[in-house]
Amino acid sequence: MLLIHCPYCEEDRSELEFRWAGEAHIARPENIAAISDEEFAEFFFLRNNEKGLTYERWRHIHGCGRFFNAARDTVSDSFLMTYKAGLPKQPVPVAERFAAIAEETSVETWEQTEGDAR
Amino acid sequence: MSGSSNTTGAFRIKGAGRHTPARTARFTFDGKSYTALEGDTVASALLAHGVHLLGRSFKYHRPRGILTAGPEEPNALLDVSRGAARRQPNVRATVQEVFDGAKIASQNRWPSLSFDIGALNDVVSPFFAAGFYYKTFMWPREAWHKIYEPIIRRAAGLGVAPTEDDPDHYASRYVHCDVLIAGAGVAGLTAALSAAATGQKVILVDEQPEVGGALHYDASTMIDGQNGYDWAQAAAAKLKAMPNVTVLTRTTVFGYYNHGFLGLVERVTDHVARPGRDAPRERLWQVRTKRTILATGSIERHMVFANNDRPGIMLASAARSFLNHHGVAVGKNVGVYTAHDSAYEAAFDLKRAGVSIAAIVDSRDKPGEAVLAEARKLGIDVLTGHAVVDTAGRLRVSSMTVARNGNFDRRKIKVDALIVSAGWTPSVHLFSQSRGKLKFDEAKQRFVPDIYAQNSVSIGACNGTDDLPELIDEAITAGGGSVVVSGENRFDWTGGMIGAAEGAGPETAVKAFVDFQHDVTAKDIRLAVREGMHSIEHIKRFTTNGMASDQGKLSNMHGLAIAAEMLGRPIPQVGLTTFRAPYTPVTYGTLVAHSRGDLFDPARKTPMHDLEAAAGAEFEDVGNWKRAWYFPNRGETMHEAVNRECKTVRDIGGVFDASTLGKIEVVGPDAAAFLNLLYTNAWDTLKPGKSRYGIMTREDGFIYDDGVVGRLAEDRFHVTTTTGGAPRVLHHMEDYLQTEFPHLKVWLTSTTEQWAVIAVQGPKAREIIQPFVEGLDISGEAFPHMSVAECTVMGVPARLFRMSFTGELGFEVNVPADYGADVWKAIWERAESMGACLYGTETMHVLRAEKGYIIVGQDTDGTVTPDDAGYGWAVSKKKTDFVGIRGLKRPDLVREGRKQLVGLLTKDPKEVLEEGGQIVADPNQPKPMTMLGHVTSSYWSENLGRSIAIALVAGGRARMGETLYVPMADRTIAVEVTDMVFVDKEGGRIHG
Amino acid sequence: MAELATRSLPLSGVHGGSAIVRLEPAAPATRISLRVRAEDVPALSSALGVDLPMKPKTSVYANGRTALWLGPDEWLVIDEGESGLMTAAANSGALHSATDVSHRNTAILVSGAGAASAINGGCPQDLSLDAFPVGACSRTLFGKVEVVLLRTAEDAFRMEVWRSFSDYAFGLLSEGARDAAL
Repeated sequence: MLLIHCPYCEEDRSELEFRWAGEAHIARPENIAAISDEEFAEFFFLRNNEKGLTYERWRHIHGCGRFFNAARDTVSDSFLMTYKAGLPKQPVPVAERFAAIAEETSVETWEQTEGDAR
Repeated sequence: MSGSSNTTGAFRIKGAGRHTPARTARFTFDGKSYTALEGDTVASALLAHGVHLLGRSFKYHRPRGILTAGPEEPNALLDVSRGAARRQPNVRATVQEVFDGAKIASQNRWPSLSFDIGALNDVVSPFFAAGFYYKTFMWPREAWHKIYEPIIRRAAGLGVAPTEDDPDHYASRYVHCDVLIAGAGVAGLTAALSAAATGQKVILVDEQPEVGGALHYDASTMIDGQNGYDWAQAAAAKLKAMPNVTVLTRTTVFGYYNHGFLGLVERVTDHVARPGRDAPRERLWQVRTKRTILATGSIERHMVFANNDRPGIMLASAARSFLNHHGVAVGKNVGVYTAHDSAYEAAFDLKRAGVSIAAIVDSRDKPGEAVLAEARKLGIDVLTGHAVVDTAGRLRVSSMTVARNGNFDRRKIKVDALIVSAGWTPSVHLFSQSRGKLKFDEAKQRFVPDIYAQNSVSIGACNGTDDLPELIDEAITAGGGSVVVSGENRFDWTGGMIGAAEGAGPETAVKAFVDFQHDVTAKDIRLAVREGMHSIEHIKRFTTNGMASDQGKLSNMHGLAIAAEMLGRPIPQVGLTTFRAPYTPVTYGTLVAHSRGDLFDPARKTPMHDLEAAAGAEFEDVGNWKRAWYFPNRGETMHEAVNRECKTVRDIGGVFDASTLGKIEVVGPDAAAFLNLLYTNAWDTLKPGKSRYGIMTREDGFIYDDGVVGRLAEDRFHVTTTTGGAPRVLHHMEDYLQTEFPHLKVWLTSTTEQWAVIAVQGPKAREIIQPFVEGLDISGEAFPHMSVAECTVMGVPARLFRMSFTGELGFEVNVPADYGADVWKAIWERAESMGACLYGTETMHVLRAEKGYIIVGQDTDGTVTPDDAGYGWAVSKKKTDFVGIRGLKRPDLVREGRKQLVGLLTKDPKEVLEEGGQIVADPNQPKPMTMLGHVTSSYWSENLGRSIAIALVAGGRARMGETLYVPMADRTIAVEVTDMVFVDKEGGRIHG
Repeated sequence: MAELATRSLPLSGVHGGSAIVRLEPAAPATRISLRVRAEDVPALSSALGVDLPMKPKTSVYANGRTALWLGPDEWLVIDEGESGLMTAAANSGALHSATDVSHRNTAILVSGAGAASAINGGCPQDLSLDAFPVGACSRTLFGKVEVVLLRTAEDAFRMEVWRSFSDYAFGLLSEGARDAAL
């Protein structure tokens, strides 16, 4: 079970208190009524689903109730940092990034093992 | 009863072992009664009586005995019970402690353990080679369901699960600590002493009943000048007395998950003859630790040689445990086959206890000099550079066949037990589960921890640290404190091998078992490679090596080495399968813990629940809520009750519990602006004291929720949501408020449970509530339809809505929840005297359908726009923004021919359609038919004396009057498309 | 004809606990959910007679009222009497949202040497005195329901829970209490 640092409660809390809320830093267009079908599709339907470092929104729904942003490594499933909603995309500190990369190679993924077999 | 060696077994060694001779326990095995000593495992108790045959193997039904003395046991799986419901299959005899009255039975045999029909599989074993299932049961396809699957299912699994409900209860607890230490051997105990000295909160866990780890069997190690095992017990006592330390024994760390989260299972009563009523059978500990010290030790490997699986063949360390801890000799004339020095120490201990050692057969030319010298001193025959190439004995090993390596001359040596060791495998399971990366130690042919993914450290044998002083230093450092512990080993160990031993190599066809539980032999692994499996993950799945309940604790390394040899690749390149939780099997009861019965899920009850139950209500589940469904009079069927309720509400009146509807208080100067953005309707035009039906869409334009919203003041709205939608609607609103519209001065608060809501509907509704309402004129003129006001009801502050979900004159009385029951009682008393009824959700559904009011989630399914639902009027044309404004303009949402909600009337008025029934234009068209839509709501309307239905139909509103068809399995039903309002089309009644 | 309505309390008549954990329903209390922006906190604090705490996971008790920090702009204010919290807040003259939740919540008092263990039977938070000292409070999960936990003494907690979840919470606490005593 993940341990998530809530930037509002300023404390690490169990994943149980949180809810995932999709990719972060996708702003609703201010002139949404006027955008094209393609722009709407880009805004509403299309997500990157990145492998590795990903920015996503979480809500401390059973805690302070706040939405916030998180940088998470989808390979190691570890949180690299969290920060308050409304802040621009934050760079992941070098130390965390290094740790994450070290970890990435240590995880035996399906691609690694199956890739070998081919 | 006395604990003399006669009653507790002929193989008890006087003066050996750590159990108290006077404390005995009686149990039965396959119906025969035995006496054991308290502290015995089932394995040691049976061995004490000379019983080695404990079970049959999975595939070949070969006789099997006890291979180990610990949790890694793959063979000795038994059925242990204290009654029909308290029966547990697949219990490891080497872990289960004997308790008085235990009923123990062998598994996977018929008709008896010593004569088993299934053993025929052993004779026809060429047909059961690796990959057999995949190849044989491929064809014909149809045979799968009827023939192959039932056979495989019957054959699969060793034990039989009990069919009764589990009468035990299980506990669960969250706990936090600074340091969690897994394993309480020398390393774990030393680390715990060291960590505890720093004042940190320490939890020390060990799966055995007592701390000590390897000191259970290793009787020669001295620590701090005393016998190692005694030192361990003293250290544990010291730790237990410290307030910052928790010592958990009989507790297994079964999973090491992300961010320092570990799962532990504590076996609380499985070893107790008469457990206390309050004691749980097992307790789940969910630990969050800042740091983890892994001191999980190592597991001895067996030797892979022909017929290495007979009862009586076991690990050397196991024999040592049975002797030194339990005081039981595993035989009277024991052979030893080893590639590692540790087995010598087992031979020495046995020899000193009076057991004769037939010979030590060592596959190496050069064993450790110290053990060799000691063996000579004790007069033990050592055959170096030799191998055991076969064994004999049907139900128990009776001899070993020995040959010099590379030589064909064989000789048989009689034995009644054969103890083996191929060396030790570090227990890196938890390290690997924590996503740590292993490295291969070429010199010692083992995987050891390399790169850590979490804040943890491995110490001792699981880290490949063999030397005792070095291990102690490592442990003290890991603990972070300063303590002094000194220890010495009698002998340094050398040696070890992985893979098939002499005589079981590539050119042979013998049954040399790698994985005992799944009957995987060295030959099977080689076959897998020959058939093209080149990844260890594929080899594992093809052969099922390591896939049994022991998860390959003994077999993985051997399997890997055999595969690597076949592939001609170094071991690290062939890989190691990923270790996954749980380390050992965990009962479902433990994982479920409290979540059963009343605590399985919260049963939410409204404040009026008990009164409704007393009035005879039947309840239905809506989310977690228990809602009154209908109120049958004595002898009434559901249908009769609902018909009566429907009639009574329209003729006189009815009282309905609407408390479960979601309620959100929206407060702040920008409240109207916020609701404008969240609903399709306009709210700034709504005056305080008025309410309006609102529709909420998602950004994609589809209906998400609906409800009546009342404006209590300029800056305060009382929003209602569907019962099931309440939490997600609040979440959805918070999402937009916090992240898209944070500039708005408005706040949201859930008030669902603040208010008890009593809906009074029907022509007499006003007359019914009139006397209870104070400080408000509720006449039709002063308080028309869709009014809302704060007033007093029976002396308590209330919110009164004039609204209707029935099409009748209606009110919803909101009173603070604690007053709900009393106000309900009073209103119902009066309503009843006037001939009104109580009604439930079923009648509510029928009445609303008669009026064509939709239920979000029943008539809509996440692909329905307000216009599709016939609620286009609820979408403001003036607003420049709201959630869904752009989505509603998408080409697919504005195209012609979309499915629209319409009414359906069956040509036969008595025919009630099935909800979900598909609708077609031509019932005679070839299949697959073009389906126009489906029935979303369908009821018998007693008020109309006929059935009614609502359906989603492609281009529905342009089809008024058309005849369509609903094909059913046995007939086709003709229906006419109508509008959705079936009762009071003019809508006059609601304004009554 | 209308007589005054009487109150029926959730959890009336329940009892539970073990040798080291006492479980009892709390007396009815007045409660508001209060939402205030940082700049308006002083005005609300003075209007309510209790300083709204600004530090996460803390509470302040004064004049019979407890203000619990639940979020950066959210407090639960509990008055153990029948006092006019709504009126007091309204009189602050500052921008805020106050909503009466007196009947939405009910509370269970958990006390005794095993109180923290009993709650940890379903609550994933660290309830050691270091991490959750007297006066600490937090919204969190207890089993499958959301609760607000307030530590009122070293061995005593108040668990605020929505009324329809209170039977479940009391039942799970009883399990925890039973296990804590072993």
